Amino acid sequence: MSIWSYANPRKFLDTTAPWVPWLMWLSAAVLAVGLVWGFFFTPEAERFGSSVKIIYLHVPSALMAINAWLMMLVASLIWLIRRHHVSALAARAAAPVGMVMTLIALITGAIWGQPMWGTWWAWDPRLTSFLILFLFYLGYIALWTAIPDPDSAADLTSVLCLVGSVFAILSRYAVNFWNQGLHQGASLSLDKQENVADVFWVPLLVCMAGFVLLFLALVLLRTGTEIRARRIAALRARARRVEPVRA
Amino acid sequence: MMDLGKYAAEVISAWGISLAALAGLVWWSVRRDRKVRAELERTERDHG
Amino acid sequence: MRALLARDLRLAVRAGGGFGLGLAFFLIVVVLVPFGVGPETAILARIAPGILWVAALLAALLSLDRIFALDHEDGSLPLLATAPLPLEMLALAKALAHWITTGLPLVVAAPLLGVLLHLPGEAMPWLLVSLAIGTPALSLIGTFGAALTVGLRRGGLLLSLIVLPLYVPILIFGAEAARRGAEGLPAATPLMLLAGIGLGCAALLPFATAAALRVTLR
Repeated sequence: MSIWSYANPRKFLDTTAPWVPWLMWLSAAVLAVGLVWGFFFTPEAERFGSSVKIIYLHVPSALMAINAWLMMLVASLIWLIRRHHVSALAARAAAPVGMVMTLIALITGAIWGQPMWGTWWAWDPRLTSFLILFLFYLGYIALWTAIPDPDSAADLTSVLCLVGSVFAILSRYAVNFWNQGLHQGASLSLDKQENVADVFWVPLLVCMAGFVLLFLALVLLRTGTEIRARRIAALRARARRVEPVRA
Repeated sequence: MMDLGKYAAEVISAWGISLAALAGLVWWSVRRDRKVRAELERTERDHG
Repeated sequence: MRALLARDLRLAVRAGGGFGLGLAFFLIVVVLVPFGVGPETAILARIAPGILWVAALLAALLSLDRIFALDHEDGSLPLLATAPLPLEMLALAKALAHWITTGLPLVVAAPLLGVLLHLPGEAMPWLLVSLAIGTPALSLIGTFGAALTVGLRRGGLLLSLIVLPLYVPILIFGAEAARRGAEGLPAATPLMLLAGIGLGCAALLPFATAAALRVTLR
């Protein structure tokens, strides 16, 4: 069976609805394991002291902030090319989640930056890029809520998502060019894990898995909500057409 | 309570804010989903 | 396309709105800055390129919602869409008209306002060149944003929320070129990057703008 059969809203709902609570609890469990492990059972890092514990929230949320945008980009492309409503609604559902992730990454970064760099905020390339990403999320969500017609809203936000992605990448390089920062390099990419000692790395991986699961659960739940909201609007519109005058 | 040393305030506030934000996001999403579900049921009964 | 361009330019000049307003706004922002940061020559000279760039960007933003709004209100937008001219060319013509009525006057006025901010003389040509290269890209991006928000209530506010983040790379490279010029450093690299972004915008954004217009006109 092809994956596109899930583009049918009814089938999507029937398939995903039973999964959502399970995914929620699973992500809660994984997050609990990772966070408790990270908070209580990891040593302090030499240079960071106990502030290293912020990493268990900072890095996974930053990861999901970017992944959420990538998911929205893919979903927007699918909508523009194949016109599956579920795809457009999934992009809409993911945006607030991605925005909250970006916000968490920014706030934890600022709090962490205060003892490490001696300042809440530095115009460091990575921080600045995340701030710009946050603005992109704001604009995207605002455009969704501003357009009354759902299909036009899906089209226009998809176009914005595509153009925004290009400009987000441009901004990333522009910001790099503009200021070389304080931020440590990508010490946490999957292929370079030897940069982080295993005592931190393993619980961090668990936390990242928990964030991925939480993101999945939230997006599925919220996509379902959007599909139902769309159905309500359609039913009401039909009722208005059938009985134009209602006492 | 374990000893967090001199970074206690930073660690606890960062964790507090992040967990509150995540909990708020989940709560908001679940509540909106329940509302929309109930609304859909009502609408389907009225117009369906 | 030429006829459309001439029509837009005539409208902009005659309706009085867009043409002088952006320029006046540019002037006011630049005049306000010394009140905010104090009159010391050294500080003003140092921040002048950045201030001029940010002010130019805001001034360009100010007249964006007029690009399609007038045509949308009087119903000529659907007519333009059914004309033999492809929508992509319409988007390009609109952006060009916006640039001629707002971007070009800003470029011309920038040296005068630079004097007000004690911008060093050797920085002047760099500022001019960077603005001349960068402002067309601002108009192109703005036209895209305007096409996304045609006919929406509170479209203007939404427009700035959407367009301003897109302006970031242009602002960075443009102000960087002007700053390097002011400090006597080689400024060719940011200028080339700026020109690259501008050309990329000119080549690709009209398609996005046209796609957005097609959705709005559906």
